[in-house]
Amino acid sequence: MTNHWIDIRNSDCILIMGSNAAENHPISFKWVTEAMKRGGKLISVDPRFTRTSSKADFYTALRSGTDIAFLGGMIKYILDNNKYFKEYVAEYTNAPFIVADSYDFKDGLFSGYDAKKRKYDKSQWAFVKDANGVSKRDRTLQDPRCVFQLIKQHYSRYDLDKVSATTGTPKEDLQKVYEMYSTTGQKGKAGTIMYAMGWTQHTVGVQNIRSMAIIQLLLGNMGVAGGGVNALRGESNVQGSTDHCILFHILPGYLKTPKASLPTLAAYNKKYTPKTNDPLSANWWGNYPKYSVSLLKSYFGDKATKANDFGYSWLPKLEDGKTYSWLDIFDVMYKGEFTGFFAWGQNPAGSGANSNKTRQALTKLDWMVNVNIFDNETGSFWKGPGMDPKKIKTEVFMLPCAVSVEKEGSITNSGRWMQWRYKAANPPAEALPDGQILMKLGKIVQYLYKKDKNAVFPEPILNLKWDYATHGEFDPHKMAKEINGYFLKDITVKGKKFKKGDLVPSFAYLQADGSTSSANWLYCNSYTNKGNMAARRKREKSGIGLNLGWAWCWPVNRRIIYNRASVDKYGKPWDKEHPVIAWDPKAKGGKGGWVGDVPDGGWPPMLNADGTPNPKTKYPFIMKPEGHAHVFGPGRADGPFPEHYEPIECPVEKNPFSSQLVNPVAPTYSTEMDIYRSCDPRYPFIGTTYRVSEHWQTGVMTRWQPWLLEAEPQLFVEMSKEMGKLKGINNGDKVIVESARGKVEAVAVVTIRLRPFQIEGNTVHQIGLPWHYGWVYPKDGGDSANLLTPSTGDPNTRIPETKAFMVNVRKV
Amino acid sequence: MSERYRGGDLMSGKAFFINTTLCTACRGCQIACKQWNQLPATKTHNWGSMQNPKDLSFDTYKVVRFQEHMGSNNKPVWYFFPDQCRHCVEPPCKEASEDDAPGGIIIDSQTGAVLYTDKLKKMKAQDVIEACPFNIPRAKKGTGYLSKCTMCVDRVHNGLLPACVKTCPTGAMNFGDRDKMVALAKDSLAAAKSRFPKATLTGLEDLRVFYLLAAEPKKYYTYANVDVLPGGMDRKMALRKIGRSLKDLSQEWQFINKLAS
Repeated sequence: MTNHWIDIRNSDCILIMGSNAAENHPISFKWVTEAMKRGGKLISVDPRFTRTSSKADFYTALRSGTDIAFLGGMIKYILDNNKYFKEYVAEYTNAPFIVADSYDFKDGLFSGYDAKKRKYDKSQWAFVKDANGVSKRDRTLQDPRCVFQLIKQHYSRYDLDKVSATTGTPKEDLQKVYEMYSTTGQKGKAGTIMYAMGWTQHTVGVQNIRSMAIIQLLLGNMGVAGGGVNALRGESNVQGSTDHCILFHILPGYLKTPKASLPTLAAYNKKYTPKTNDPLSANWWGNYPKYSVSLLKSYFGDKATKANDFGYSWLPKLEDGKTYSWLDIFDVMYKGEFTGFFAWGQNPAGSGANSNKTRQALTKLDWMVNVNIFDNETGSFWKGPGMDPKKIKTEVFMLPCAVSVEKEGSITNSGRWMQWRYKAANPPAEALPDGQILMKLGKIVQYLYKKDKNAVFPEPILNLKWDYATHGEFDPHKMAKEINGYFLKDITVKGKKFKKGDLVPSFAYLQADGSTSSANWLYCNSYTNKGNMAARRKREKSGIGLNLGWAWCWPVNRRIIYNRASVDKYGKPWDKEHPVIAWDPKAKGGKGGWVGDVPDGGWPPMLNADGTPNPKTKYPFIMKPEGHAHVFGPGRADGPFPEHYEPIECPVEKNPFSSQLVNPVAPTYSTEMDIYRSCDPRYPFIGTTYRVSEHWQTGVMTRWQPWLLEAEPQLFVEMSKEMGKLKGINNGDKVIVESARGKVEAVAVVTIRLRPFQIEGNTVHQIGLPWHYGWVYPKDGGDSANLLTPSTGDPNTRIPETKAFMVNVRKV
Repeated sequence: MSERYRGGDLMSGKAFFINTTLCTACRGCQIACKQWNQLPATKTHNWGSMQNPKDLSFDTYKVVRFQEHMGSNNKPVWYFFPDQCRHCVEPPCKEASEDDAPGGIIIDSQTGAVLYTDKLKKMKAQDVIEACPFNIPRAKKGTGYLSKCTMCVDRVHNGLLPACVKTCPTGAMNFGDRDKMVALAKDSLAAAKSRFPKATLTGLEDLRVFYLLAAEPKKYYTYANVDVLPGGMDRKMALRKIGRSLKDLSQEWQFINKLAS
């Protein structure tokens, strides 16, 4: 989230789309309720009328996979009706920037598309630079090649007729949502979006979110209280795991995993350290080498020296152009190219798209280690439906682990708040905390490498600093301090003296010369000489809910990021009633300073009190090289402006917005288990997957809880009354849901909460299932809905497209 | 003046105020009740609704009931009703059991909670169930023992909220002194009227569980609010039949209280 949970109560208009927050983030709904008590409005847009919709001021439906059409229509509405916050857009975003002539968009494709490679040359999407190498801009937003005019042009096709014919949403409903939400473009009003997997799990997932980011920038909703782009994460600590970057393409703190084509640290740092020629741009990523070197010092300790590039050559490298995402892992595993696999705190046999492919892939392994608290479909894959244990060679080790309340450590929530938690009980029998298992594993691997004189390339293992134990036990405090970072020698930084072994107070003090370590620069400031900031529990007495003394959030406890966009150029808040920060000229003994939240950089406002520009200022969006927020986003794999494409499996033959039916750079796979069927009469209905309050993920933990299972005992499939009539299915009947990849048995819930869509003149039905069940337990519970879903995903993130695919349904 | 214990007056004791317009049917209340009372889970199957267990039982003191309708504007509405014992100020189940099983149903003097004791086994379970206008008490198969919500009287006596109230994330479940809950209910109704013109409150007159409903009670559940006892008798009529009125009760209690002080 750019904002945080409690801040939602400050919103004037909450759009819940791509999320069913009342269902899946039930505690968060407390803040939605609070916002509504204060007069805020709630809009729910969802293919189904959900528990969230039941509380909304306004609900409407859209067909799964058409969010960009819906939101593109809103962008058009905002621009056509002058609902945008002009000063904000002109001053804080790249809407005024002039785009190079090499950028073009024609009939569904952006310039630079290589059809053979199925890839874009993003250098075509550049800005025109002036003599100083700074992007040219027209703050009046009139230049025909400025981003503002180009975006107007781009969404001119997204009129109500076309949007309605694509989404199935009635025109008057579209109009109503656009009207309600765009009122937040007024100064002093704030609108927020709460979204989750309903937006991300598509081949256009990232562009869904980009659409909303653009809307939020046009309306001036970024950096303000009650605004922001708020992702509701799907696990209590997935934000933590994302921040510590256990995904293949990033290193802790969102640094980049090095590629094989970058053989030296210098080459690596050069490639990923952006430069700016604009003196008013903070270009915070310009500090990249300080963070990458500090990370290397954390990894390799004293073994990392300037002479050996701080151990850079010991880091694993990615082959250029190759991806190693979830979908890739199981594709390679299916092809028999993995010997072993750690399924650590997960259940891939139920959680990944195309479960049959995943389950078959597991049979190719020599060994698997399943670290979990209960038996599950992954650890027991070899005795699952259709499996013959005699033919499977995989040796499976089950390592029982502790649950979250049986160990001490931190959890980072969706709002970026790192909250320390204490151990409440001992784990049972032989179960160990994950940290302990990892500690021991690391030590044993190091020992084996030491012992084996013929070990290949032992340096990365033997040189790893692996000292996170106290009395033989994994010590979360040691790890938390390592994450924060240390001074590795006596040093003076910014006029302050530090001793070797001092904890670094914030990332502003990290160095690129090896004198500091930090296992995650973003978390530098979380555990300092002042103590464990994540363990603080001081409640705010009054205010907008920032709670600066409760736990700690990144970066440097800034609760609402981009908050220097919440003020005008004089430093006065747009919203007097909910100020996030404000410039107080009398603060700091008359020097002036910001009050409120931790400002997004302490630089003074852009204008002095007398209206003259202050050369000491910086633009508010400090993480962008040019300091301006991206309305035009040249970094995405599939284009600088979101464009509607149909899901890979879709119910229409033509895309009304262009000739390009599907995302031209979306990844697909080519084993015999990767089948995609569009407009196939065998699979005429749209299928989607979702969750219920009472279960969680693949149900690995919740199916074993009798009270939860009692409330939601079985796999069900929701369908409209019209569809029930069409297929002769009554409420409560057993049915089979089938896709090109697999099938499941489910109980039919025939309901008025789903209705067929009118798509380009045709009736299209949609159904949906929760993905919480698995064959292991209970026996009559049903199996994973991911047996139906396709192995395709977003080209930027590779998250699978489990929210829109094609199925059929029949009575058992 | 009878020596029989009369349920206390409307000004004392505790009450629940349940604002269904805030309820998201998360089932936290249903499951917190199970956990606090260590009730076993029952075997259920999906019968075409999220409502599970389908009904109250000896092992289920609280059930969130789901009801969908087509509302105005051709959009669905989905009503959630967290059903539980109403802890009537003058419980018909108690009246029905006085003769056959005295002491089988008692009223806690501190809270007004209506509680079943083991002396109730002298009574036929079906007779108790049929006396309840809200169809709440449930019997254990085989033994005929009855159970229902206890208002978490053990928690309340120790300064804690009932489990279901403690757990509720949205503020739908409220609990406190009866007169304070009456005031909260009335304020909440006023606030709800602008969004839900047909909003209504139930139970203020003679129960310890008030519901704020967005629409007529029947749209939520048959027994959401009932004035008619099984057998067609109005609750007020039933009291009049035994020579009492609600006003009498109140005055009588105040008289007793004065005597006792």
